[in-house]
Amino acid sequence: MHPAFSVIFFTTASGAGYGLLTVAGVLAVLGLLPQNVWFALACSFTALALITAGLLSSTFHLGHPERAWRAFSQWRTSWLSREGVLALITYIPALGFAVAWAFPQTHVPLAALGALVAVFSMLTVFTTAMIYRSLKPIHAWHNKWVVPCYIVLSLMTGSVILLALSAGLGVTVKFLAAACGVLLAAGLTVKWLYWSFIDETAGPATPASATGLAATGPDVQVRSVEWPHTEANYVMKEMGFAIARKHAGRLRNIAIWLGFLVPAVLIETTILLPQLFSGLLAVPAAMVMAAGVVVERWLFFAEAKHAVTLYYGAQKA
Amino acid sequence: MTSLPAKTEKKLGLVIDLDTCVGCQACVTNCKQWNTGGHMAPLTDLNAYAAEADGVWFNRVHTYEVTGSTACGASPARNSSSRTMHFPRSCLHCEKPDCVTVCPTGASYKRESDGIVLVNEDKCIGCKLCSWACPYGAREFDVFEGVMKKCTLCVDRIYNENLAEEDRVPACVLTCPTSARHFGDLGDPNSNVSKLVAARGGVDLMPEMGYAPTNKYLPPRARKDTAPAAMPAPELAPAPGGFLGWVDKLLSR
Repeated sequence: MHPAFSVIFFTTASGAGYGLLTVAGVLAVLGLLPQNVWFALACSFTALALITAGLLSSTFHLGHPERAWRAFSQWRTSWLSREGVLALITYIPALGFAVAWAFPQTHVPLAALGALVAVFSMLTVFTTAMIYRSLKPIHAWHNKWVVPCYIVLSLMTGSVILLALSAGLGVTVKFLAAACGVLLAAGLTVKWLYWSFIDETAGPATPASATGLAATGPDVQVRSVEWPHTEANYVMKEMGFAIARKHAGRLRNIAIWLGFLVPAVLIETTILLPQLFSGLLAVPAAMVMAAGVVVERWLFFAEAKHAVTLYYGAQKA
Repeated sequence: MTSLPAKTEKKLGLVIDLDTCVGCQACVTNCKQWNTGGHMAPLTDLNAYAAEADGVWFNRVHTYEVTGSTACGASPARNSSSRTMHFPRSCLHCEKPDCVTVCPTGASYKRESDGIVLVNEDKCIGCKLCSWACPYGAREFDVFEGVMKKCTLCVDRIYNENLAEEDRVPACVLTCPTSARHFGDLGDPNSNVSKLVAARGGVDLMPEMGYAPTNKYLPPRARKDTAPAAMPAPELAPAPGGFLGWVDKLLSR
């Protein structure tokens, strides 16, 4: 699948924003969220900026962005529409949570709004994942690992950014560095399982079933000898994007090191260091992780093969 | 609304005969000609006369080599293990089209009256998700118009009272010189297309995807191995009498 930058940025940025809100909400429920107005405002602003920038970016790849409001209408059947609706609804508890956290004198119930914002944020990330999970022609997306990957990576990126903000502002959040380590390990695990799955399995369709001939005999082989056109068309450009195996392997290694291993080492080192130095490590950890997760998301699109490529010579998809 | 109708009154669709299709591209050409002025008009072309020409087409004909099945004409007795098959690919107007249900705006819909899957261009935001959801590559994005386009089963021909009755069929069907394309109601077991599918063992494309395509394809028929391996020239008939006999004698000297 063609890796459109707008969608890569949307899924990573808004995923991190929703993850940040969720982690902060859960910490509020647990009573571990430090009451600090600047920290509260910085976290809420960062989360909402990531979410809003992501949502706006996702409209850039539309043919008619001015009609984007119509996308809220088909929530009965469309996961994309459900995502739009939930993203919009989540702004309400997110803003309420920001007020409750930054301004305790308003007596807005922090724990209740923390729970609400965590639930709605995760539901939104779930609907994002389901957009891909529901597409049957794309085996690399239509499988059980896609939803866990999106959820865990959202929580992981959100918690690392929260840690970077707390370290940068000199605020201590109990257990957060340890939680980041656990989530980075979980993220690498689900991503590893995802990659193993797509490497070892293929979708059900074959060139013989794509042309209907599989039904005529068990040993039918179908080989493409001539395309309908001499130049690449929309279907091939959008669905037939191919990445060389060599590059995919190297990029996976880059994603593993930048997205998971290096941030984990940097963050766990902060536990051993005095407060003064932790910001020096947690902020770069978040930046390195962001680069790694963008590579990971680029691969999520670039490595996904669409069943339509069977018509153009692919033997499996 | 992108919810699918529980049942459609008719199941209009195509039956494509892979045995008789010669890959001449006439259906492709007439489809483009009609539809660039029809319901989904225009079918934009970019760089039409230059390198990297691109454009929207609703119908594309592939060519494949088929091997390994006697049902498809491979014949060990004649020492031929393969055959060439031309394969027109277009929207199958599925009974369970995910391209419709994924649409966030309601621009894509399946008609309750005849089962045709259409796009309302005025509602389409051009998110391309429907084209991702189609395993058959039937939908093509018009980068110039910013909306998704697809085969309409010539909805603006088949009910068009300004056309002669015999012309009220999709453009691809009308133009096919080998009559490899047939149009009709596949929901009616007594229709000509349903009888054809039953007689020839019509098949679905990618049935494992679960889209339940309406269009059916007729696989190439088995070859008959009745011709003898060697065929000697027949003996000359004995010379006749009369004038021709005299000439024969004269020339035989």
